[in-house]
Amino acid sequence: MEMDTNGATTSSAAGGGSTSTSDSSSAAKKNSKKPKYSRFTQQELPACKPILTPGLVVEIVDRYDEGCVPSNYSNDKLAYIQSSRTNKSCTRTLSVPKLMKGPVFIYYQLDNFYQNHRRYVKSRSDKQLRSKAYESETKNCDPEGISPDGPIVPCGLIAWSLFNDTYGFSVKSKMLEVNKKNIAWDSDKENKFGSDVYPKNFQIGGLIGGATLNSSIPLSEQEDLIVWMRTAALPTFRKLYGRIEEDLQANEQITVVIQNNYNTYSFGGKKKLVLSTTSWIGGKNDFLGVAYITVGGLCLFLAVSFILLYVIKPRPLGDPSYLSWNRSPAGNPT
Amino acid sequence: MDSKIPVENLFSIEPVLSSSSRRSISTHSKASSGNSIREVNFSDLGSKPVRYGSHGAESETYSMSQKEINDEDARLVQINDPVKTNERFEFAGNSIRTGKYSILTFLPRNLFEQFHRVAYIYFLVIAVLNQLPQLAVFGRGASIMPLAIVLLVTAVKDAYEDYRRHRSDTIENNRLASVLVNDHFQQKKWKNIQTINLDGESNLKTRYAKQETVLKITEKEKIAGLIKCEKPNRNIYGFQANMEIDGKRVSLGPSNIILRGCELKNTAWAVGVAVYAGRETKVMLNSSGAPSKRSRLETHMNSEIIFLSLFLIALCTVVSVCAAVWLRRHRDELDYLPFYRRKDFSEAEEENYNYYGWGLEIFFTFLMSVIVFQIMIPISLYISMELVRVGQAYFMIRDTQMYDESSDSRFQCRALNINEDLGQIKYVFSDKTGTLTENKMEFQCASIWGVDYSGGKATSQDQEDGYFVEVDGKVLRPKMKVKTDPELLQIAKNGKETKDGCHVHDFFLALAACNTIVPLILDTPDPIVKLIDYQGESPDEQALVYAAASYGFMLIERTSGHVVIDIQGVRQRFNVLGLHEFDSDRKRMSVILGFPDQSVKVFVKGADTSMFSVMDRSMNINVKRITEAHLYSYSSLGLRTLVVGMRELSTSEFDDWHSAFEAASTALMGRASLLRKVASNIENNLCILGASGIEDKLQQGVPEAIESLRTAGIKVWVLTGDKQETAISIGYSSKLLTSKMTQIIINSNSMESCRKSLEDAIIMSKKLTTISGNINNTGGTLGTVLTPVALIIDGTSLVYILDSELEERLFQLACNCSVVLCCRVAPLQKAGIVSLVKKRTVDMTLAIGDGANDVSMIQMADVGVGISGQEGRQAVMASDFAMGQFRFLVTLLLVHGHWNYQRMGYMILYNFYRNAVFVLVLFWYVLFTCFTLTTAITEWSSVLYSVIYTSVPTIVVGILDKDLNRRTLLKYPQLYGAGHRQECYNKRLFWITMIDTFWQSAVAFFIPLLAYWGGTIDASSIGDLWTLAVVILVNLHLAMDVIRWNWITHVAIWGSIIATFICVIIIDAIPTLVGYWAIFEIVKTGKFWLCLLAIIVAALIPRFVVKVLYQLYTPCDVQIAREAEKFRTLSESAAVEIEMNPILDPPRR
Repeated sequence: MEMDTNGATTSSAAGGGSTSTSDSSSAAKKNSKKPKYSRFTQQELPACKPILTPGLVVEIVDRYDEGCVPSNYSNDKLAYIQSSRTNKSCTRTLSVPKLMKGPVFIYYQLDNFYQNHRRYVKSRSDKQLRSKAYESETKNCDPEGISPDGPIVPCGLIAWSLFNDTYGFSVKSKMLEVNKKNIAWDSDKENKFGSDVYPKNFQIGGLIGGATLNSSIPLSEQEDLIVWMRTAALPTFRKLYGRIEEDLQANEQITVVIQNNYNTYSFGGKKKLVLSTTSWIGGKNDFLGVAYITVGGLCLFLAVSFILLYVIKPRPLGDPSYLSWNRSPAGNPT
Repeated sequence: MDSKIPVENLFSIEPVLSSSSRRSISTHSKASSGNSIREVNFSDLGSKPVRYGSHGAESETYSMSQKEINDEDARLVQINDPVKTNERFEFAGNSIRTGKYSILTFLPRNLFEQFHRVAYIYFLVIAVLNQLPQLAVFGRGASIMPLAIVLLVTAVKDAYEDYRRHRSDTIENNRLASVLVNDHFQQKKWKNIQTINLDGESNLKTRYAKQETVLKITEKEKIAGLIKCEKPNRNIYGFQANMEIDGKRVSLGPSNIILRGCELKNTAWAVGVAVYAGRETKVMLNSSGAPSKRSRLETHMNSEIIFLSLFLIALCTVVSVCAAVWLRRHRDELDYLPFYRRKDFSEAEEENYNYYGWGLEIFFTFLMSVIVFQIMIPISLYISMELVRVGQAYFMIRDTQMYDESSDSRFQCRALNINEDLGQIKYVFSDKTGTLTENKMEFQCASIWGVDYSGGKATSQDQEDGYFVEVDGKVLRPKMKVKTDPELLQIAKNGKETKDGCHVHDFFLALAACNTIVPLILDTPDPIVKLIDYQGESPDEQALVYAAASYGFMLIERTSGHVVIDIQGVRQRFNVLGLHEFDSDRKRMSVILGFPDQSVKVFVKGADTSMFSVMDRSMNINVKRITEAHLYSYSSLGLRTLVVGMRELSTSEFDDWHSAFEAASTALMGRASLLRKVASNIENNLCILGASGIEDKLQQGVPEAIESLRTAGIKVWVLTGDKQETAISIGYSSKLLTSKMTQIIINSNSMESCRKSLEDAIIMSKKLTTISGNINNTGGTLGTVLTPVALIIDGTSLVYILDSELEERLFQLACNCSVVLCCRVAPLQKAGIVSLVKKRTVDMTLAIGDGANDVSMIQMADVGVGISGQEGRQAVMASDFAMGQFRFLVTLLLVHGHWNYQRMGYMILYNFYRNAVFVLVLFWYVLFTCFTLTTAITEWSSVLYSVIYTSVPTIVVGILDKDLNRRTLLKYPQLYGAGHRQECYNKRLFWITMIDTFWQSAVAFFIPLLAYWGGTIDASSIGDLWTLAVVILVNLHLAMDVIRWNWITHVAIWGSIIATFICVIIIDAIPTLVGYWAIFEIVKTGKFWLCLLAIIVAALIPRFVVKVLYQLYTPCDVQIAREAEKFRTLSESAAVEIEMNPILDPPRR
């Protein structure tokens, strides 16, 4: 739409230009029948060219929380994940069902993880995250607020439980580069997480909840943390891990090396790796489509019914003889 | 403090030059005369009132004069000795404060008053709960906000009202009066309230000083004395006191006190002792606010609110139980759950962190859920309702169709809580005199000695100037002209030459003398013409005196000792030897005149029954019979009748009477009954002179109004003190009765005959009902109303019926009758009748009246309406609504009542829905958060939801929406039936609304939930989506139901949605809040908008479908009328014929 408007303005300007040109040479070409040039007459108006392509979202979901536990630990997954000596590496192979145009988004999906639990949600200090001056603002963060060495930055259960599985992708032995930049909202990076706030005393307590942070990088650049701290609304959620900027061809086999560090076994949560393209409507979720078809169908049905009802059994609007005191018994003369 | 004691004994001195010699005081609402009253207060320091008296002679219920004052109940006032007076008690000062607050006390007092209300305590408890760290659901600011806003709104409202009171206080407290301080008069600030017109009667009441005190003033000596009077009370018609002065005891009565709020007339000054001051004055005691009532709709609403409370408890219980189950099932994992982390590992010993054990956790969960779901109970609804009622009252008060030009009075809304009751009135109890009629009496005809003179009409124009007399070159002329009968005028002019002339002479002399009227001489622009204005308490008496004046018997002067009457140009002076005032037992009054020729005559005038019972048995039977016939024909014309009698007293009779009278009038005990006895003794063996007929004109528009009310299905009962014939004829002229009606008349003198006639009447009315039912096969909803049976019952029968088991039968009978007319009823019986109906039916009752005798009935009825007319303000002060004319009742009920009911009913349902939908969305989310009461919607949005996001449109719609326009409502009074049938608010609607609420909340919650399930959505973003979805939904829901869109409605509804967006944006622009920038991120996605659209369409479809089907196939009357209104141009010509018939003639069916 916008382009059309621009086109119209441009063409009229161009038309004006050509008129003045022809004026200047009017004597010579006075009787020429050559049509004047304009983008309009030549049907060269700028236009957008929509092509109705099926904007299908291709998605690969791989649940790996069980598969990545060695079989000798399958009865005691908790011991496996809690032990610092076990090998957490795990290799998975995914096949691409259809062409996936880049960028391909990499998500991790957790199930049964209540990031919206009241205790959890409150356990953070937005002031501390934002500015060095409020470093010791940890009153909501307990029991991850203060370490013996001083306040923990970032404090609170949310930061403490930062997801720490890592993924490495390769296709045909060639590493796929994972872009982990710009996975968080710009607004968060710029205003919510301070560029002068560096991790301090983080994950040094008796119980390690998740990832550690490089204490030389300010929080505003710790994008994994920023993504994680946008707590999910629902107990089943995805979070963006990174992007693969290339296309993935159909039927390609992708090898994923997973460092399976994160403990979801204590509460029976599932872990999934998701590779997905996206469309303007978001990720792959059929519900809205179904909902629209249902509601639309219902509306159509109602519309038709109303029309039929109106045709078959109409009621004259505003007819006073329908008033209750005028709806007199049979035989009452009017 | 200053001394107390205002008013009282008024020592008056004849102003030497004054031509009028009797001191009279009239009540007037003008405040101007403050300085013209020189008032002396015999106490120093003090403050000083004088105040004006008023006295309603006939109201026996108010009279306390028989009661003696015993010492404990008495207040002692030492004249001119304030120290002693106040030594035992500190009496109140005279400064008046109607304002409740001062600037300093406003905050604490207002808060104190506000917290008397349950609603505020609920908010307070919730806010306090939230401050406990374990329960802190909301931040400190957000949790206090609802309470703060509610307090603020109410405080602003109260402050404004108080400011207005203060302004009037200031004006009145700064008036001046003279006070005797150490025997000097000093000008002091006149501390006084606004001159409220106490009983509203702008006519003169006579007040006089005791003879014993009159002389005092001239003596320069210091005056001392003791007044012993009643404790301050509200009775403006009664006062009782004794004064000891110079060792004599003098009794004081209501005619010796000047009450605050009155205005002195006919005298330049008066001297008094202040007895009651400031807030103890009668006017202040009477100015208490209107009684607080609760509307029917609100009562129904409260039962639904109890249900909502149960529902709230249920929700909270569900949450707690689920939370308990969850904690139980995960009890082994809690220590390490990343999102729970019960154990605190930072200390050496591992302790539970913020965990209080299973039981307490559940309890806390319960309390927290109460905090989160608090708006389930729509407390803000009470505040909204108050605002809406104020708005509705604003429009009612400013309705030009309820403005009375003749009295320049607007409609008044005295009670602010029952606006919507006006839409459900089923019974109207109306007084007659002054309510249906104007209470402007006009002398119409007279029957003198058996001759009827009623041919006055022709001459009224011939004699443009009416009768006048010339005195000292000045022309005196009555202020009002009266139609005269030429024949009678001739006879009157001829004097006493003929026998007829003699009777006529006596008759008019009686009319001119036997009354309590005070003539006032008024100047006119023409210096030689003076007008005589007759002022008095009774409009009937005024009419009679004007009539007498027109026939040449002009009352010129009246003092307590004599009257001067100009008889056909000859001025004659008669001594008034005694006067027996009217009372409702005797129903007559008499005056004893000493004639210039030394003869003494008693003139009596009174109601026919009471007069014929004391007439001379030897009198000409013929005259009596003819007079009675005339009386009958007068009352059939709707005239009020009075009979006049006379007797000459012999010297011995007079002496007997005189000593008895003296004794009685100075008696300290039972003075009133003694006086009554003396009066009865002298008022006998009378010679009946004749009777008069006075017309009390119907007010404008009364027949049409009654017709409209009846068509609307409202039963109109008229309760009057008039005679049966008068009542019936007024009934006809006001279209209350029609010739098609069958009248059932009950006049019984005993319980038994009452029972019998009632039973007969019931059978008869049933028969009539069924007969008409058979003929018509009545299908109309107004079945009984359409059966034209009129019940006419008199006060005597009611004596036996009220408070006995016959009440039930009367009620049955009355239910079958479309009209009930009660005549000769006493004031208390009026209340009895109202309560008889009120007790036995759930229908709303309304009582309308104008006089003090209607007060009990007005207070008894669900809605009391006062007419601010001739008879004073007693009725208005007791009423919930006050207006100038009876016919405004139609506008009030059919238009405003209908609107208010419809608006309020809708508003209540809508508020239930609005709050519940939000709470349910919160609740659904709680189910997905381990039942821990996390809200995705930010706490600020939760708090602002009912304050900013959705409150304004409902209030605006509650004030401005009109389902039908005024014209339609007046054209089809039957539409009022919507209120009777409770169409706008009932249990069924409530449940339908609740089911709809359930559906809408589920749609609003689950569409985003499912659409974003397993997605990357964060809590703040989806919270914003839910906030906006609910707000838009709720406002569109309202928009769907708005009937009349004007720009204010547009601004309110669309403005609310925009305001919500702005608020959400502002909240999300604060970096320290969790949801920073969420709204900006989510509106960039298409899914957000798709969800929003899907929610709105899917949520509103069921409501839309039901609404369409309902409107198309079972339209209610209101709906059809609304369509007719819209398409009127198309069908007008055809429609009018069809519709008009049933309306003009409802009984036809």
